[in-house]
Formats: sequence, structure tokens, C-alpha cells
Amino acid sequence: MTALLTLTVLVLVAIAIWQMTKIFELSQSKTDNPEVANDSDNKNNGYLLFGFLIFIYGITIFSFVKYSKMLLPEAASEHGGEYDQLMWVSFGIIFFVQTITQALLHYFGYKYRGQKGRKALFYADNDRLEFIWTIIPVIVLAGLILWGLYTWTSIMDINEDDDPLVVELYAQQFNWTARYAGDDNVLGDANVRLIDIDRANVLGIDESDPNGDDDVIVKELHLPVGRKVNFKMRSQDVLHSAYMPHFRAQMNCVPGMITQFSFTPTVTTEEMRLNPDVVEKVRRTNELRAKWAAEGKPNSDPWEFDYLLLCNKICGKSHYNMQMKIIVETEEEFNKWMAEQKTFKASMTPAE
Amino acid sequence: MSATGHEHGHDDHGHHHKETFITKYVFSQDHKMISKQYLITGLIMGFVGIAMSLLFRMQLAWPGQSFPIFEALLGKWAPDGVMDADIYLALVTIHGTIMVFFVLTAGLSGTFSNLLIPLQIGARDMASGFLNMVSYWLFFLSSVIMVTSLFVEAGPAAAGWTIYPPLSALPMAQPGSGAGMTLWLVSMAIFIASSLLGSLNYIVTVLNLRTKGMSMTRLPLTIWAFFVTAIIGVVSFPVLLSAALLLIMDRSFGTSFFLSDIFIQGEVLHYQGGSPVLYEHLFWFLGHPEVYIVLLPALGITSEVMSTNARKPIFGYRAMVASILAIAFLSTIVWGHHMFVSGMNPFLGSVFTFTTLLIAIPSAVKAFNYITTLWKGNLQLNPAMLFSIGLVSTFITGGLTGIILGDSTLDINVHDTYFVVAHFHLVMGISALYGLFAGVYHWFPKMFQGRMMNKNLGYVHFWITAICAYGVFFPMHFVGMAGVPRRYYENTAFPMFDELTNVQVLMTVFAIIAGLAQLVFVYNFITSIFYGKRGPVNPWGSNTLEWTAPQEHIHGNWPGEIPHVYRWAYDYSKTYENGEYIIAGQDFVPQNVPLQENEEEMNH
Repeated sequence: MTALLTLTVLVLVAIAIWQMTKIFELSQSKTDNPEVANDSDNKNNGYLLFGFLIFIYGITIFSFVKYSKMLLPEAASEHGGEYDQLMWVSFGIIFFVQTITQALLHYFGYKYRGQKGRKALFYADNDRLEFIWTIIPVIVLAGLILWGLYTWTSIMDINEDDDPLVVELYAQQFNWTARYAGDDNVLGDANVRLIDIDRANVLGIDESDPNGDDDVIVKELHLPVGRKVNFKMRSQDVLHSAYMPHFRAQMNCVPGMITQFSFTPTVTTEEMRLNPDVVEKVRRTNELRAKWAAEGKPNSDPWEFDYLLLCNKICGKSHYNMQMKIIVETEEEFNKWMAEQKTFKASMTPAE
Repeated sequence: MSATGHEHGHDDHGHHHKETFITKYVFSQDHKMISKQYLITGLIMGFVGIAMSLLFRMQLAWPGQSFPIFEALLGKWAPDGVMDADIYLALVTIHGTIMVFFVLTAGLSGTFSNLLIPLQIGARDMASGFLNMVSYWLFFLSSVIMVTSLFVEAGPAAAGWTIYPPLSALPMAQPGSGAGMTLWLVSMAIFIASSLLGSLNYIVTVLNLRTKGMSMTRLPLTIWAFFVTAIIGVVSFPVLLSAALLLIMDRSFGTSFFLSDIFIQGEVLHYQGGSPVLYEHLFWFLGHPEVYIVLLPALGITSEVMSTNARKPIFGYRAMVASILAIAFLSTIVWGHHMFVSGMNPFLGSVFTFTTLLIAIPSAVKAFNYITTLWKGNLQLNPAMLFSIGLVSTFITGGLTGIILGDSTLDINVHDTYFVVAHFHLVMGISALYGLFAGVYHWFPKMFQGRMMNKNLGYVHFWITAICAYGVFFPMHFVGMAGVPRRYYENTAFPMFDELTNVQVLMTVFAIIAGLAQLVFVYNFITSIFYGKRGPVNPWGSNTLEWTAPQEHIHGNWPGEIPHVYRWAYDYSKTYENGEYIIAGQDFVPQNVPLQENEEEMNH
């Protein structure tokens, strides 16, 4: 496929150059206006416009065949399914419009290429036609807007119903920390002014707030499957963005304020690893990594699929490597893991 | 001297001042010379901006590899030829800044507004030649400062072209936020002053200096586009200035407009009560209209070039004007779609989704009208015409994905990924560049005393560019939908992105070929200035007034009286009822030709 694409490109370029030299010769013969397109320019470029239409279709098909398998696997959150559905409907509309308009544009460019003596049609207005192509986008977009807004409102309605797990995502250059609200499921107050590195209070939790005593601070995000999670995001230095692509979730972390996002994970890490798309992706990736290992390149160990939290707002030098592993597991596994963690109070170095 | 309002009775324009080299070529107050100054400065900045993009594209395709060219160009920022992560971000930042502001705002709108407004409306010059000159020299100064910032010790600004604080405000957060960022802000403040002076001049000139008979509804669409662009600029650029000033105060005078609760490098900073989200609002209040400041002139140029070369009137003139006005109005109330996940109130997100998808409607009308303009035409496929058709193609492809990004729900997962990069490069970057090229090929004879650019080199330039533009930015959508964030120095820290490396290589190869193709343009441009063949006065058979002016540039544009206007600009292939052209043997009727007997008058 790559070869085909390269070939098409080369052929088109070759035609361009070939006709250029040809016309160079032609233009040597005395014409009154050598730098204005003549009939043969119109003809050649008309054909090229048609060829270009084929190129656009070609690169579209090529990209789909080659790259669509590299896209994110099915959504691993409750709202993610709805998100994906809206996405594919929007894409359907986009491809329909794209295919038709590009065809008309380039086909007209080819069909009506100039010829000496040809008379263009003096056609300046047609109210009905213009009305039609105003009203159709209006209707289609109205549908998309309504659907989108309905989904948006339900995703962004962050409430305390259904006993959500409360988790704080804390961003700093260039790593993530997560804080669970503990048994009381209420996060202790915190502010960067209370950070005390010497006493291991790295998130600036207010020690006088009893809600904070049972908070659990970790470097790996564990989530129980099927339970709603309410995330509270904070940043201590610059803007960051908590991007969890597999869950179709993203929210900026803004110093000076607490932002929120909420979703319900529906697929455990173990289950996702068995998803056929993911299995295939891991196989392809590890094939690539084996090849790299053979070439002696670093960073080529075999890979096992994991959900990730990425930073998606430029935050400085190591922005490209600011990540945290997310593990979605069953309720029991989660509880077992949680029981092994130290609470904030227990982890603090006592004051001197 | 400038034409100060008295458009009539200006017939005695025979007196000529002695002009020195300085007043003619350097501190010129003549709009034609100023437009050439804008163009050449813009092209030089474009060269720098595009070269930067090739450097960081190489880093993306072959992460961490050593290239001698990195070492040669980046020096200490590329030890042993391996690009440093800080300079990567700096390259991305300055590439964006230069392309958006210096090339596509000043280089495009500055060049063609200056050249065409007086010539197409029938004026001797801009309303104020002096302010026009000041505007260019402020632009020049800001360009010099921006380029100078590349050479400061700690490196140029590197917080992204949107320079969101606190990253851009704190030198501790990033070395580029020191002197580099100060110079960036100073440069932009001067740039804004330049842009405002220019825009005010354009508005006043269009409103006051139109020749007799040139009603607003007879204006060519180029002028409508430049006029409305100038209005958007006057409305929104001051807001960016305020953002820049407040940021300067936060940086240098300890205020807390955008900063609060910051702990960095082991200490708490004193800032309290500010909000980075406020900065985002201020920035995008300009930032989004800026997209249309870039795009509308390109669409205006396309309208004119397409109609002329199709030998047909532009389809739906009034709808085109209405769309320009609608886009201009809507463009000032959609900025929040850049901020769906910024932490602002989700209800605001709903409002901005609504207004954003509304703006698709006038854009769709424009695209359909262009396509209909081609229908049953007699298309003269000159390079300018090809670039115009190319513009419509990329405008559609890039515009359609806006439906995804403008929808707050769908934006969640593609926000700040390569999907966004692909979208805006096609819809505003490539489209506006095509508009710039179309304008240069079309009006080159007007700028350089009747000399024309070589059409064959123009064809080579167009076709390679057109193929490579899609080659770079079409596959990029897929990279974005795979979840790859933008502004990552390399993607090797994520095995899930490993298999996308091949796509990056493909895109980079296309980008390098496209970059080389621009050298064909540079060669053609420079040689044509000196050795281009002289064509006739009106080489494209165009209706607008600029082609009635003599090829040799004279101060005041027309010797003797300014031509009067009797019709709109689009009487191409107009016939009597018996099918004969209005002017026998000629398929166009210039605007200065009085209405003929028995000729049906259009509503203009």
C-alpha cells in the first residue's frame, strides 16, 4: 500500500514535470502571452485535477486500511460507548459530504477546463439553490448539536449519586499522584502552602482536617470496575491535563482551582488485554519491539497493555513523559489492594 | 502625499516630488511599495517558520537521532546532533507564532490589503500614507525582535504559541520563560500596534475613498474580505494586548492576574487569587477571530481569482458578503471551544458548542458557492486558479473535522491531540497559504511593473505542494485519534504509540518534499522580479480597477482622472439576449465601462 501511494505520487509529479517541459517547448513558439494558461495548460491541469481527486480518495482509503487498526480500542467507560457512537455518526456525515464535494470541485475543474472559443454561462444567482444548501447544513448541524449537548450535559453532570469513589489527581512537573478519600470518602482540605517536603506531606494536606487522616496517597491509580469515580484535579505548578484516552476522559489541572471529571470504568485491565483489537495491537507492537531489540536499540522490551493517564497540556521539558498507570480491577482486588496502602496519617513523619 | 478624502477633483495629479532612494524604497508612504515590503518580510519569516517545522518533524519521525543539520543550526541545543527537548518546544512555539501572526496575518492581509484596497476601490492611496508606513515599520521591528529572541542565552519562548501561564510566566518552570518570553511579549505588543494602525487605515480607506459609482455592493469580494478582516482585528487584537500586558505585569511586577497557589522547585510563590483560565479567555478572544483574520483574506482572494479565471461571475455575491459578515460576527463568540476541558463551567461549553457549529453554516455556503462558480465555466487553469481550487479543497477537508472539534462532547478525547493539529493546519494553515500563493501569482504583474511569474514553475510548485499537504495532514488525523498528544518531544515513552512511528516517517517525508517545493517558488519569485516576461496591462482579462492603472507604478495610481465605476466587478461572459458578448469579442466588461444599451442591469 505504501508502495502504491509513493508510486501514485511519483507518477503525478512526473506528469507535472513532463508537461512542464513540453509546454516550455511550445511556449518558445511565439504566442502573445506566454505566462497565461493556454489550451494545452488547461487540458493538462484539468486532467491533473481529476487525478488529484483520485489521489484524495486514494489517500483516504490508504489511511483507513493502514491506520484505522491503530486507533484506540473500544471505550472502557460507561459514557465512552455513547461518545464513540456520536463520533462514528459524525464521521459518517463528514465522509459523505467530503466525498461528494471533493468530487464536484475537482470534476468541474476537469470538465469545464478552458478552451478557446468556449462560452462560460453567466450564472450569478439562484435563491432556491442557495436556500437549499443553507437549510440542509442547518438541519444536520441542529441534530448534531442537540445530540452532542445532551451527551455533554450528562457527562459533565458530576454529582454524588450512586456512591462514587472520590479520587484526587494531583499534577506537578512531571509526574502524577493520586489521593483516595479513604474510608470516609471525603478528601481532606489541601493547599500548596501546606506542603512540607521534610515531613512527607507532598500534597499539602491540612493536618488539622480530620477528613484527611484516612486519605491514601499513591503513584499508581487503581479503580474498581463498575463503580463511578469522581475525580478532583489539582496542579501545584503549571497547567497540566489529565488525559485518559481509553476512557474518553480529559480535564485540565489548573493551579489555584479544583477541576472535576467523572466516569464509570466498565472493562477491567485483564479483560481489555483479551480484547481482540488489543491483542492484535500488542502483537504488532511487540513484533516491532523485537526488531528494535535485535538492532540493539534501548526501550525495546516487550510490552503489556495497560490503561494510562497522560499529560496533555504542554507543561515543560519532560511533558512528553508525564504518565501514570491505571489499573481497573474487580471490587475485591481493589479492596485488597487498598487495604495494603498506608493512610496519610500513618505515612507522615511525626513533627519534631 | 496621501489622498486625503477629496476623491473628486483630484485630476491635477501631475506634480511629482523628487524621490530619494530612502523615501522610495525604505520609508515609503506609497501603498504599492508598502505592500511589497509586507510581502517580502512575510516571505522571509515564512521561510524561517517552515524551516523550523521541518526540523521538529525530523525529530518526530526519527526520535533521538543525531543529524548534522541539527548541530549546525541549533548549536548547543543539539549536543552531538541530537535535538534537546527544550528547543523542540521552542521550535514548535516559534513556528506557530511566526506562521500565524507574521506570515498569515501580516504577510497575507498586510500585503494584499495594501496593494488592492486603493487600487480596487479607485483611490490615490491609503487614507493615511504616513500611518501605513508606521504600521509596516512596527511590523518590521516586531519581526526583528521575534527573530532576535531565538538567540538569547536561555532559549526562545517555548510555552506553545498560546503561551498559557503559569508555564509562560515562571522562568523556573521552563528556561524559555525567561528573556525569551519577555522578547516574545514585547514583539507581540509591537505587532498588535502595527496591526491596529494598519486595520484602522484599511477601514477608513474603504469607507471614505471609494471612487464615484463604487457603492458597497459593487465592491469586489477581496475588498469586502479585507474590510471585514480589519474590523475583526480592531475588535479583538486589543484584547490580546491586554492579556500580554497583564502577563508582563505578573512576570515582572509581582501581580497575580493569572497565577495562584503555586509551589515550584521547593518553594511556595506569593501569587494568590489569579486564574490561568482568565488568560485563556483573553487569549482566545483574539485567538479564534485570528483564525478568520487569517482565512477571510485568503477566501476574498480566492473569490476574485476564481471568478476571473472561470470567466464567470462569482456565484451568489450577496450570499458571499452575508457569509463574510456572519463569519465575522460569529467568530467573536466562539472562542470558548478551545476551552471545553479547561475547567470552565460546562454550561459555557454548551453555549460555545452551539455558536461554533453555527459558524459551519456560512462556511458551507461559501464552499458550495465556489463549487457552483466553477460549474459551466471556461476555466483558465493558471497557477493562481489552481491554488484557489486547492484552497477550496483543503478548506472543505479541514473544515469538516471542525464538526468533531466544535462539539464539546467529541472534543473531550481529541482535544490537544494531533487531530487538532491536522484540522487547523488544513483549514487555516494550508488554505491561507494557498490564498497567499494565489494572490502572489495573480497580482505579481501588478506589483512588479507588468512582469509575470513563470507559469510552468508555478504548476510544478502547486502540484507538489498540493499532494504533499494532504500527505502530511491527512494521516495525521489518525495519529490524533490513536490518542497521541501534540507537543510531545518524542512518543517513545508510550509503547502504545510505537506502531505510529511509521506514520510519522511518512508525514515527515512529505513535509520535506513540500518544503523543497517552496524553493521552486522562491526561485520563480526572485527571477521573475528581474527577468519575468512582461505581459499586457490586463493579463488575466479581469474586470477590477487595478488593471486599468498603468504598469509603471506612479504615485497616485492613475495619471489624470480616477476611473469611475458603472457596474459590479463580475460581469464575466455576460451577454445580450441574443447571446452576443456585451463588448464584442471580449468575454469581460471592466467596472469602468458604462452600461450599454439594451444591457440587462444586475442588482448592483
